[in-house]
Amino acid sequence: MAFQIPTVKYSGKINEVPIGPAKVMVGGQNAYSFHTFEGSFPNKPKIALDVWDYDPSEEWPEALRQAFAGVMGDPGAWAGKCVEYGADIVVLHLKSSDPNDKNTGADHAVAAVQKVLDAVSCPVVIFGVDNKDKDVETLSAVAEKFAGKNLILGPVTEKNYKQIGAQALAYGHTVIARTPIDVNLAKQLNILLTGLGLPKDKIIVDPTTGGLGYGMEYGYSVMERISMAALVQQDDNLQQPMISFFGEDVWKSKEANLPTAENPQLGDATCRGVLMETTEAVAVLGAGVSVLSMRHPASVKLVREYVELAYDGGDVKGDLPKVPITEF
Amino acid sequence: MALTGIQIFKMLPGTNCKKCGAATCLAFAMNLASGKAELDACPDVSEESREKLSAASAPPIRPLTIGYGDTAIKIGGETVLFRHEKTFFNPTGIAALINDSESDADIAAKVKRYQKMQYSRVGLNLRPELVVVKGGARLADAAKAVVANSDLSVILYSEDPAALKAAAEALAGKNPLIGPATKANCAEVAAVAKEAKAPVWLKAASMDEVAELTKALTAAGLKDIVIDSGARTVKEVFTDSVAIRRAALGGNRDYGFPTIAFPAEITDNLAMQTAIASALIAKYAGVVVLGDLDGAMVFPLLLERLNIFTDPQRPMTMVQDIYPINNPGENSPVLVTTNFSLTYFIVSSEVEGSRVPCWLLIKDSEGLSVMTAWAAGKFSGDDVGQFVKKIGIEEKIKHKSVVIPGYAASISGDMEEELPGWNITIGPREAAHLTKFLKDYKTA
Repeated sequence: MAFQIPTVKYSGKINEVPIGPAKVMVGGQNAYSFHTFEGSFPNKPKIALDVWDYDPSEEWPEALRQAFAGVMGDPGAWAGKCVEYGADIVVLHLKSSDPNDKNTGADHAVAAVQKVLDAVSCPVVIFGVDNKDKDVETLSAVAEKFAGKNLILGPVTEKNYKQIGAQALAYGHTVIARTPIDVNLAKQLNILLTGLGLPKDKIIVDPTTGGLGYGMEYGYSVMERISMAALVQQDDNLQQPMISFFGEDVWKSKEANLPTAENPQLGDATCRGVLMETTEAVAVLGAGVSVLSMRHPASVKLVREYVELAYDGGDVKGDLPKVPITEF
Repeated sequence: MALTGIQIFKMLPGTNCKKCGAATCLAFAMNLASGKAELDACPDVSEESREKLSAASAPPIRPLTIGYGDTAIKIGGETVLFRHEKTFFNPTGIAALINDSESDADIAAKVKRYQKMQYSRVGLNLRPELVVVKGGARLADAAKAVVANSDLSVILYSEDPAALKAAAEALAGKNPLIGPATKANCAEVAAVAKEAKAPVWLKAASMDEVAELTKALTAAGLKDIVIDSGARTVKEVFTDSVAIRRAALGGNRDYGFPTIAFPAEITDNLAMQTAIASALIAKYAGVVVLGDLDGAMVFPLLLERLNIFTDPQRPMTMVQDIYPINNPGENSPVLVTTNFSLTYFIVSSEVEGSRVPCWLLIKDSEGLSVMTAWAAGKFSGDDVGQFVKKIGIEEKIKHKSVVIPGYAASISGDMEEELPGWNITIGPREAAHLTKFLKDYKTA
């Protein structure tokens, strides 16, 4: 008898969430990631690149400064560069609004969003600083000012879901519900948001991911458990598409910021950062993530090619980033 | 498939003789089912039952060891599809592919470089372990060049049984993985592996052929078998990896072996090979073979492997100690926190990022994070105070100031009692705010 792959009996599917004014679809799969032999995947995972509302040249490693040279001072130009590099989505981080740092106001946030929206037509995520009060202030102003644009607003947490959720509902935006590495907390926040009247096609979840080598496994397993609950156990409170912001963790890590000469055993600094980002991207995709928030254009290229090949089959083609062999 | 205690009980003598140490045969059966007892403890079990029970208790995926010395690596032995269901036991081996057409001098230079790719992390030494030597005419010489110039273990890759035989003899005592056994050469390669007492790998043209080959090799008396389904595209290699794991865990003995996958033969591009290897480390490969190794590829994959193969039931911990960051001196701040590795990583990376020289004191809290350790009484004021006294930080500094985590603010009173004359400062709750905190903080 010919071999047949033992298949899993799936009973649920991930909700499809249309994002941006053009309603780009995310989610919709009814099987574990890359398991093409037993499910359908109407929308491949989407890749987002990060833009900040101030110039982070002093904080970002050389690899990223080079990739975005000349545009990091202007969120609009920066967003345009992201799209040029192949990003499906732009994430505008309102980093300057952090009350522990620059503490800029809602007007600053609105101006930055305006610049990005003037520059690109792809879906745009507007991301706060995970400060429950400040995020309500900035995201509410943004929600109202850009009514009907179907922005994706986050992070919405257990502490401010009512305010931001209500704004998203009133002005036609989507939200990112963030919970700290726990299946039940993720489920609870979904229930609270839908209880508020937010439809399921307006919610993306961020179960929180650790950086590669910095506890990635915790978030990884929570995401696998969420996928399992959604697809096999038909838990309709966990069937929202997931987003992961691991790119930030990767590029903040010590190893991604170490110049090549300081430890040549770790290889070329730029390539190392890119492959740390790519390695974690492929891992979290496998755990069920639908949207990847990343930082380097070379990672985008690699992960995009990987996703195409994993879902559509065929041989590796195209002009991919090379690994320079570092001797030591 | 594993048997239940009741199923095992029916095969035992039922005499309740207590010779095994258990009160009854049923109790012994339950111990067997949960892996707490060995069947050999029962003196009266019938030969027939013994055979049935040992076959049933064999792990669904054969565990086996490749290589020798420091780089010997155990693969297989896995029992679940998802790490959260129990744990993944044996980390994927990472290998580089070397052709025997390369000169001995080039091979020597390469493997010397590979051997230096060693990284220490949470008290572990992370490194790639393996080299695949591929070819025919010069297989034995090239394999010798690998072991003469490095401590890396070897996988032999030639469809010519005579070349494999010569190379296996050259690597006597080094337990190389030998292969591939294919439909064309299966009997001859099996004979070489048997003579060398080495594990063997097979390369099939289809999933059906995998079963044909494992059956043939098993019939030839070999037990330590590694499967290459022959897939050489991104999509197929992943599909086969999942298929083999599922079939094996479902009790299909023909697929109950660890696997080897070749990103090196899917594409020449090393960056894409790294992406493919990432997917296969997370999903079930026993060994992944890359076209060459560079720190920029290997280091991320080693971190991923460390994370994925960490036992979810046992958090990684740091050793209780003083950790100097950014070359601290006698006036540098002293911070104290728990030994949960994630806590350590986050705190140390923020302190490093701040560029402020600090002494980081890691107190054993049984792997709990600050809030849980505090709640569980593993990070109390008395406890932390005594720890600060005993760890020997006073010999390294000229001040008496220590910063405690914001989430453990309430222990400061007890700490002051334990450490008279010390200045206890409550730090931020979140590590992310350490940079700002350290900018303003002065020791007293």
